[in-house]
Amino acid sequence: MLDHLTFDQLSEEQKYDHFMDRINRDEKIEADDWMPDDYRIALIRLISMHGISEIMGALPEKEWVPKAPTLHRKLAIMAKVQDEMGHGQLLLRVAEDLMKPLGKNRDNIMSDLFTKRLKFHNVFHMASPTWGDAAIIAWLVDGAAIMSQTMMLDTSYGPYGRALKRICQEESFHAKHGESLVLSLAEGTDRQKQMLQDALNRWWDALLMFFGPKSKQETGHTNVDKNIKYKLRTKTNEQLRQEFFTKYIPKIELIGLKVPDKTVRFDEESNTWHYQDPDWNEFKQIVSGNGPKSDDRIRLRQSSYENTEWVREALGHVKTAVV
Amino acid sequence: MSIESNKQELTELIYQLADDDFIHAHRGSEWLGLAPHIEEDVAFSSINQDTMGHATMYYRILSELGEGKADDLSHLRKKEQFRNAIILEEKNGTGEYLDSPNYDWAFTVIRHLFYDVAKKIRLESLKQSSYEPLADAARKMLTEQYYHLLHWKIWFKQLMTSTEEARDRMETAIKRVWKDFGGVLTLGPHAEKMVSAGLIEDEAALRERFIDQIQELFNEVNYSIDNEPLMIRGDGRNGEHTEDLEHALKTLSEVYVSDPQATGW
Repeated sequence: MLDHLTFDQLSEEQKYDHFMDRINRDEKIEADDWMPDDYRIALIRLISMHGISEIMGALPEKEWVPKAPTLHRKLAIMAKVQDEMGHGQLLLRVAEDLMKPLGKNRDNIMSDLFTKRLKFHNVFHMASPTWGDAAIIAWLVDGAAIMSQTMMLDTSYGPYGRALKRICQEESFHAKHGESLVLSLAEGTDRQKQMLQDALNRWWDALLMFFGPKSKQETGHTNVDKNIKYKLRTKTNEQLRQEFFTKYIPKIELIGLKVPDKTVRFDEESNTWHYQDPDWNEFKQIVSGNGPKSDDRIRLRQSSYENTEWVREALGHVKTAVV
Repeated sequence: MSIESNKQELTELIYQLADDDFIHAHRGSEWLGLAPHIEEDVAFSSINQDTMGHATMYYRILSELGEGKADDLSHLRKKEQFRNAIILEEKNGTGEYLDSPNYDWAFTVIRHLFYDVAKKIRLESLKQSSYEPLADAARKMLTEQYYHLLHWKIWFKQLMTSTEEARDRMETAIKRVWKDFGGVLTLGPHAEKMVSAGLIEDEAALRERFIDQIQELFNEVNYSIDNEPLMIRGDGRNGEHTEDLEHALKTLSEVYVSDPQATGW
């Protein structure tokens, strides 16, 4: 290890090489360590997007919190959505530390969300019109999220890895919650089964999109290569999507649902799933904030944020008074 | 106390306790995702879960008393059958929880603070209830109640002693809640029998404790109010309710009633 004094005397290029050595040795980078701007910016983009996705992700499920059918389901979905908010908080705290040297804070994250500069996951731009959607979200959207988050547990940025560890533990409860919701409907009346199948049909494309495009051919742009170079992630989008198919297609069929893609099949020879690609142009539109519910959800978040501005102002005042 | 000869006042009291918590937790849950900051969203949700859990405990006691399934009691009764206080059913703001909610945080802080002060007093009294399942439930709830009350007291003090705008909004909220908070403090038409059966202490004693404790909180922030809490829109304990309850019940039971054949959800 170089001591501080020697490190400060290095050229930018030498610092960068030293940093990449650490990455290649699988060392964890901490908030106060030197890091290239490129890395910092990649982290801010990744983590603030992840954090705000958790928070925006609370909204489609929130719709079903008061409506959850029984006392037990009401308690469970409240706890689940609360966890998502909690994940958002953990992640935004990590992002805030990274943004500090750039003179930015949580208010900037919020205003970037409202102006659509900060994107959030495609799935949270979609409508969730029935209780069946709440079940599919908890089972499959959370299932997909567990896969991509587990993949990042070993990420090179220490604070992110530690937040993910806790998030993944809670997500595994969510998957059980989702499975329980789905099974109740799948074992229920014809109407309940149909509600579930309709929800799966509605969510299928969004679920495939969730993992992102295979390569930049589909959308003209991807950050995957950079994120792999910096060991922020270890798998490609397509690898994750294939894992998702392997884990969930048999389960979906087992409970009597149909995968809404007639072309989907497992090819033994190449050991891969073949499937109908979703419309990647639509994906681009959705994540740019032009999805079916993008405006409604951003407006809901923005109006409630502005509506409670006086509270945050008052708290700021209390804080100053104490100091 | 014999359950047989005191059944009506016993169930009436538990319906009041259950419905107060249930509707209050429902209103709280509508805030999820919309609180003033993310940290509060997480904390507030814990409180709502506890409160909904308390309602569930009460509905289960009713169920054991032969009143029907807990889920049916909470999701299928008509507006007139609910026994919650009117102030607890009032909407959080002018809009809907999904569409321009325009929720009022000052109103929420005051309603929750007052309710949790009253609830703690009620639970302390229920610890000595002649009906053991109720006393037992009260002891369990009290362990959580301490933290709920602490949470709202902090909000109250901070918002009452910060900016002028916050103080104005809080004072407006106090006046608004005060006008109907009497509904929480009453035991309704069966009050006397409840007391003579030893289920709970009498209304006047509980009410006096409430006024004393609120007065103390007011003193800390240099606030005072002349009159006593009123009940201007009617007595929920008597099945009197507003459109807000009708609307809330429709929302919270929407899925449960959507498939009458369903045996599970």
